[in-house]
Amino acid sequence: MQTHIFDVIVVGAGGAGLMAALYASKTASTAVISKLYPTRSHTGAAQGGVGAALGNLEEDYPEWHTFDTVKGSDYLGDQDAIEFMCQEAVDAVYELEHYGLPFSRTPEGKIDQRPFGGHTNNVTGKPVRRACFAADRTGHMILQTLYQQCIKNHVNFYDEFQVIDLLIVNGAAAGVVALELSTSELHVFHAKSVVFATGGHGRIWEVTSNAYAYSGDGASVALRRGLPLEDMEFFQFHPTGIYKLGILITEGVRGEGGILFNDKGERFMEKYAPKVKDLASRDVVSRAMYTEMREGRGIGGKNFFYLDVRPEVVNRYAALDGRKRPDGSPYIVTADEIISKLPDIADFCRVYLGVDPVTQPMPVQPTAHYTMGGIPTNKYGEVVIDDQNTVLPGFYAAGEVACVSVHGANRLGTNSLLDLITFGKHAGLRAAEFSRGATLQPLPKDAADFALAQLNQLKNSAGSERVADISREMKSVMFDHVGIFRTADGMKTALEKVRELRQRHQHIKITDQGKVFNTDLINAWELGNLLQLAELITVCAINRTESRGAHARDDYPKRDDANWMKHTLAWEKDGNIRLGYKPVAITKYQPKERVY
Amino acid sequence: MKISLKLYRYNPEIDKKSRYETYQLEADPTDRILDILEFVKGYIDGTLSFRRSCAHGVCGSDAMRINGQNRLACKTLLRDLHGNKVTVEPIMGLRVIKDLIVDMDPFFENFRTVLPYLINDEPAPKTERLQSPEDRERFDDTTKCILCACCTTSCPSFWANDEYLGPAAFVNAHRFIFDSRDRAADERLKILSAQNGVYRCHTVFNCTLACPREIEITKAIGEVKRAISTGSLK
Repeated sequence: MQTHIFDVIVVGAGGAGLMAALYASKTASTAVISKLYPTRSHTGAAQGGVGAALGNLEEDYPEWHTFDTVKGSDYLGDQDAIEFMCQEAVDAVYELEHYGLPFSRTPEGKIDQRPFGGHTNNVTGKPVRRACFAADRTGHMILQTLYQQCIKNHVNFYDEFQVIDLLIVNGAAAGVVALELSTSELHVFHAKSVVFATGGHGRIWEVTSNAYAYSGDGASVALRRGLPLEDMEFFQFHPTGIYKLGILITEGVRGEGGILFNDKGERFMEKYAPKVKDLASRDVVSRAMYTEMREGRGIGGKNFFYLDVRPEVVNRYAALDGRKRPDGSPYIVTADEIISKLPDIADFCRVYLGVDPVTQPMPVQPTAHYTMGGIPTNKYGEVVIDDQNTVLPGFYAAGEVACVSVHGANRLGTNSLLDLITFGKHAGLRAAEFSRGATLQPLPKDAADFALAQLNQLKNSAGSERVADISREMKSVMFDHVGIFRTADGMKTALEKVRELRQRHQHIKITDQGKVFNTDLINAWELGNLLQLAELITVCAINRTESRGAHARDDYPKRDDANWMKHTLAWEKDGNIRLGYKPVAITKYQPKERVY
Repeated sequence: MKISLKLYRYNPEIDKKSRYETYQLEADPTDRILDILEFVKGYIDGTLSFRRSCAHGVCGSDAMRINGQNRLACKTLLRDLHGNKVTVEPIMGLRVIKDLIVDMDPFFENFRTVLPYLINDEPAPKTERLQSPEDRERFDDTTKCILCACCTTSCPSFWANDEYLGPAAFVNAHRFIFDSRDRAADERLKILSAQNGVYRCHTVFNCTLACPREIEITKAIGEVKRAISTGSLK
């Protein structure tokens, strides 16, 4: 076993991790540990844009962005943190540009911007161009640009190291234990500060836009070390995943004028969001699609709809909506223009569907997409561990694994990339600052024991259960019962099933007993994380007897501010889940009914 | 449909040398090759090892040789192969660690050699640096690279010498050389004109054919060569 010492350890090399590493490494010895090569991280799959009120094409203000985000969160987001993020957004985007990010450009050479769901002109209520984009590859460009900057700044990387455990000594973070995938050797990374930026857990659900890597590792590791997770019942389903495959079709398609149609050829979003229609918030659109489906208006009676971005359709509806270009001329697009703004979407359609999106509509269905809940933090990325927001010294979290909470019950599109760069930066800064005044906590002799025990338990189990079976059963029951619409009965069925699967997971069969890239073992360990979180999510969802944002219950269809204007905290100890609450930070915006 | 899947296998802890294993499977024409590999790992042999993450062609983890051509397993559908025989092998020119997993370190080392980051020490403005849509378009194609190594490991010059920087490194150099905001084109062109640089490219076009992002790599290398010989970026 090797031991390494750094001031700051960053776990995860997506947007948040790389941003944290860039900032921490300016003043502190820093290493990034990632189970993937950094450029494989899931940030790279983000498409449509990063939100910031630059006002490059029309009037816009960080205050409007703040309000839209509060409203999008269904008033569960912490308003101080949201305001902070939306104010920081403008400079954060300029900073990315200065790092070399190749944004798409306006004719004047400025960063180009497009409309996105839930982002509005607060006076007219109409969609506003706020999403700063690089074609439909904005996440790819952010990931590449930040990795390039890390190379330039000589950041240390431990690529293909799987973090298994977090070390907490004397009530403070002391490092992590990681498995080197190429050798199965355990390494202890002894540090003064630890930043978790490990991403979400969207692989819990059957139809998902998320990478295989999205197995909730960071949240699960923290939970096993006795820390709470916040608002885990809130998980976002993106309205437009490719039918059956779940691959994301960016909201930017609707931003460019694409329209959703049901089996009768109706633009059904008019009924559900009369003002912004297809550009309503994601939870609203996904629910509308499910409602249409239940009422038999899915295409051919099936579980999908058509997303239509053929130029003649875009132009017809743009005229009906009175949509204008920034110069006041009517909004009219050509096929070439659509392809140039959405090249990867066109490519996905051709490869996976055999469809050309400028001549045929795309079959889409809601797909599991984004983890709103996670490790609770304050707006500086410091992990807080109770209802008093007590800080755990030396431990930070940022990006999808964290719950600041800026997304509350429903995240607006483009705010995830903004979250990564804003809170990644501040977590990195704070982690480095903390390390300057801190001494290393002494490492316990048995530092690696808990990690080792977890791996050995899996490796030595004499059972015959398969990872593939348990995984498939979990995804299916969670998609059916803890998805877009939820009921107490359905969720109880899911809970029972997930508990049964957790038992069966104890008897899993690991075929590979080798040390070199034992992905059999790692897959089994990751599945354990997903199961642990699936149970916790379901318990939290059963407990919250209201509908808010992405948490929609048939048996409690209304938002209930009197009883539920509060965050859930959930702990797991000895297999038992304990729940608590903490208040929502409300500064300027009193909750009101949410209409789009 | 019934398929015959022939897989390259090598477990360094057991095998003295590599071997092939063939599986007869039932699969759907719209299955991704990655789905088929996942099926083998999940239900037939848990020791089968390969890298994967996003499963839709944007992360670059699962570059493999599929029926003799470098492709991403998640972006290749069974129906694209026009037949029921599928052979999957690791990409060439990098050391095989286990089954379909190769040592990517030399590849990333070559990438780092070309200074793959924006260099511009002039003070940045308060807002964005301006760049016209035309100037942005100039290097658009090479910004698409996902560092999957399909191109470099399809190149005979790289097979012959892994210190040859290879097409992926050139693509990433091109991305900055032709970015109007960058100021280090000369430095990069010097690196690319050295012994292991662009002049070992014999325009075989394997890289362009292999690129899952459809980057016109040979064209980009040609532009770099021209910049070196003319001293101009026009």
